[in-house]
Amino acid sequence: MGLLTSEHLASIGTPEPSIEVEIGRREIQKYAAATEQQQARYIQGDEAPPMFVFNLFSPISALADMRADGLARGKATGPKLPLKRIMAGGTQINQHMPIRPGDRLFGTRKITDMYEKQGSTGPLIFTVRSLAITNAQGELVLEEIQTSIAR
Amino acid sequence: MSTDSKPELEIDLEKLSVGTELPQRQHSATNVSLFMYNAAVWNAHRIHYDETYTTAVEGHPAIVIDGPLQGDWLSQVALNWAGAQGSVVSFGYSNRKASYLGEVLTSGGVISAIDLENRRVELTLFIKNEAAEVVTPGTATVSFGEN
Repeated sequence: MGLLTSEHLASIGTPEPSIEVEIGRREIQKYAAATEQQQARYIQGDEAPPMFVFNLFSPISALADMRADGLARGKATGPKLPLKRIMAGGTQINQHMPIRPGDRLFGTRKITDMYEKQGSTGPLIFTVRSLAITNAQGELVLEEIQTSIAR
Repeated sequence: MSTDSKPELEIDLEKLSVGTELPQRQHSATNVSLFMYNAAVWNAHRIHYDETYTTAVEGHPAIVIDGPLQGDWLSQVALNWAGAQGSVVSFGYSNRKASYLGEVLTSGGVISAIDLENRRVELTLFIKNEAAEVVTPGTATVSFGEN
């Protein structure tokens, strides 16, 4: 297929600048309502469910920087992909301690792998990103590995 | 909207058996629930709210139910089973097949391994569609603390 260039592959392993997020109770409550959590600690916002971190450490783009598909232009790390339709591929999370309101967390993302496959409707590019979340004390709170698929 | 199973089961590790099924739950995403989810995670991808764009431009048959939302529903199988007694220390899932607005999805799982020495239980999890296809398989590890 050869859709990935040496420039794409060279972007593997380069960490993005760290993003700081202060965890708010109301944001946890909104997430819990949207996902119909059943545990009181999540509904009340005392603790964040693990998937609360999805997209939490992505840069916030200006409206002018949004593409026609609603995704942020240039949001992804590394050079642009030749395929533009993006789908979620899956996630692996290892949680080392709870996330609670008032926590100041630092997330650092990087691409850890890129590869191509032939799908039933055409070529696919898989991009694997890792996210390491640490707290203000430098302790590892949560690790996430996320795969996105461009078609 | 989801139909509820009862969380907070009393768990006795000694009495658990591999193969025991976890409570299942049905999930029926709506335009409102997808709006709420995508607002909460700050995701403006139009395949989750703009039907004309989704079908005409991206070629899907209908509005797409977010893969990470299915991942969350899947994680809740483990979180609700573990309740306050256990901690979900790891979990993962793979979005194998897209699901669309109007589909009723079912989350569930089974106990796949029990490690009494380390007080850990492995779960095999799933999201199935109405055709009983597993669209999102996953696993979780629940820790019940030190002996």
